[in-house]
Amino acid sequence: MAIVLMQINAFTAHVLQLKLRIYGFHAAKRIAGDMVKGRNMSNYIKLIALGLVTLFAMIATNYARDLAYQVHAIIVMLVAGGLFLYTLRQTGEAQVATGSLQNEYFDSVVRAGVVATAFWGVVGFLVGTFIAFQLAFPALNFEWAQGFANFGRLRPLHTSAVIFAFGGNALIATSFYVVQRTSAARLWGGNLAWFVFWGYQLFIVLAATGYLLGGTQSKEYAEPEWHVDLWLTIVWVAYLAVFLGTVIKRKEPHIYVANWFCLAFIVTVAMLHLVNNMTIPVSIWGSKSVIVWSGVQDAMVQWWYGHNAVGFFLTAGFLGMMYYFVPKQAERPVFSYKLSIIHFWALIFLYIWAGPHHLHYTALPDWASTLGMVFSIVLWMPSWGGMINGLMTLSGAWDKLRTDPVIRMMVISIGFYGMSTFEGPMMSIRAVNSLSHYTDWTIGHVHSGALGWNGMITFGALYFLVPVLWKRERLYSLSLVSWHFWLATIGIILYAASMWVTGIMEGLMWREVDANGFLVNSFADTVAAKKPMNIVRGLGGVMFLSGAIIMCYSRWMTVRKAPAKESSLTVVVPAE
Amino acid sequence: MEIYTLLREFADSWMLLFLFSFFTLVVVWVFRPGSSKTYEDTASIPFRHVDAPAPQGDEAAAAASKEART
Repeated sequence: MAIVLMQINAFTAHVLQLKLRIYGFHAAKRIAGDMVKGRNMSNYIKLIALGLVTLFAMIATNYARDLAYQVHAIIVMLVAGGLFLYTLRQTGEAQVATGSLQNEYFDSVVRAGVVATAFWGVVGFLVGTFIAFQLAFPALNFEWAQGFANFGRLRPLHTSAVIFAFGGNALIATSFYVVQRTSAARLWGGNLAWFVFWGYQLFIVLAATGYLLGGTQSKEYAEPEWHVDLWLTIVWVAYLAVFLGTVIKRKEPHIYVANWFCLAFIVTVAMLHLVNNMTIPVSIWGSKSVIVWSGVQDAMVQWWYGHNAVGFFLTAGFLGMMYYFVPKQAERPVFSYKLSIIHFWALIFLYIWAGPHHLHYTALPDWASTLGMVFSIVLWMPSWGGMINGLMTLSGAWDKLRTDPVIRMMVISIGFYGMSTFEGPMMSIRAVNSLSHYTDWTIGHVHSGALGWNGMITFGALYFLVPVLWKRERLYSLSLVSWHFWLATIGIILYAASMWVTGIMEGLMWREVDANGFLVNSFADTVAAKKPMNIVRGLGGVMFLSGAIIMCYSRWMTVRKAPAKESSLTVVVPAE
Repeated sequence: MEIYTLLREFADSWMLLFLFSFFTLVVVWVFRPGSSKTYEDTASIPFRHVDAPAPQGDEAAAAASKEART
């Protein structure tokens, strides 16, 4: 090990010398023109920063205290080093003066986001399906992969892949698309949007590799360690700047409601992320850190974060999507704009208090968990207000459900939204929670929300976006969309139904006592009883995954062979 | 007074009142006279500027926002 590290050090020194030499060469060449000076100036700053980051990552690789941190240091070193060389090649070259791009939208980053969404979606669904079968057949926790690919390591990989990689990319891509169209302005900040996109992918890679190698702080949906959290903070601030900058320079007098929801999502997630990750690293060379909150305060902060990740990441952000893409696909404005404003304020005022319902019957004071419960139940109203608003947008156009599978997808997603926002408040009631908590019912609830609502609305938005972004007349095949729709829907139903059955069974078995007051079932008894339902759940996952793969194929074909044989779906709206 | 008690008293009295009245005012504001016309215009934003941003420059911007309202 020591020899390897010494070699790395020697290599570091060598690379640095080389860099300095190239740098000098380019500096001499630079005298050529004044025109490129400004551009070069910023390139030099970039070079210095990237060089320092590379150097730091090299040192960190050397001193790393744990494997996850070491791998992360190597990844950062490669990325920063590669960017250094790339920037170096650009420096000193005369730039071709680009014409004003302000007359066109910045769509290349949205296209990249659409591709990334589909890619991470398939990865996340695949991992999820695999771990579902791991629960049904424990032998799939292979002996040779212990410590890397067993359920405990793969589970956070699955949740983060679907929520943050699939959902996050979908949110970033659609919000960039929507904010430009509804502000009638190009994205603010030039290439900053590209930084947001690639920076976010780097965050995903760091988080995912960290989980497999054991770098996790064990907070649900906030597993990444402190160094990854810091990086996400930087990316997120850039995201906020791009979004807000575009809203500020808008040409429309009003800020469309979708942007309100997106902005609430970005700002609140920033706040949640900062408060829930207030940690002090044990060492700058290791991934372990200690949180400043202790005991029940820490638990409360975690679930304040956790539930609002649901409320603002998976709800507010995706509602923004709904308020733009459903009217677009239905070709009629939202049912009631007034209702959408009330929906917005009611939702953000109520959601933030609902977190304590995750901590019934714990050390949390009763008043706090009652508060969480009451707010969760009140939250039912704005949720259904939003659902009604989305569904009624189709009033007068219900016939489209027969002919357009994309709108069918959006409608069923709103349906699942309504269903899971009814189920959620019900499960937050203390008496119901005493049965449902820690059982698979919770897992079923989460998936009917995540697969049904988030997944389906994202698929709908992607089917809308692909022909528009790649300038195709229509989708390649509507019957493929129908296949996707039915596979996904039946998959979700299998999933949710099996988890209701197994969850309630589990809850009842756990509380069953005999005449003498002894518990009847051991934990292993419940595990054995769950097997058939676990298999059904896995099959649901297989169906959902195959739907997503069909989607990727149909999108690929849309881009490759655009105006194909099937007719009728014209999503490109004529210009004014 | 302990800071916890102070914050707690503030939270369930004045702050609660403030948030609740803010929300009530939003609802009242939404139903103000003439709002339907404004919102009709706002709700149709997604159907404008589909392919390209509004024209640049001050005059063009004024024209654009005028056009946006029609």
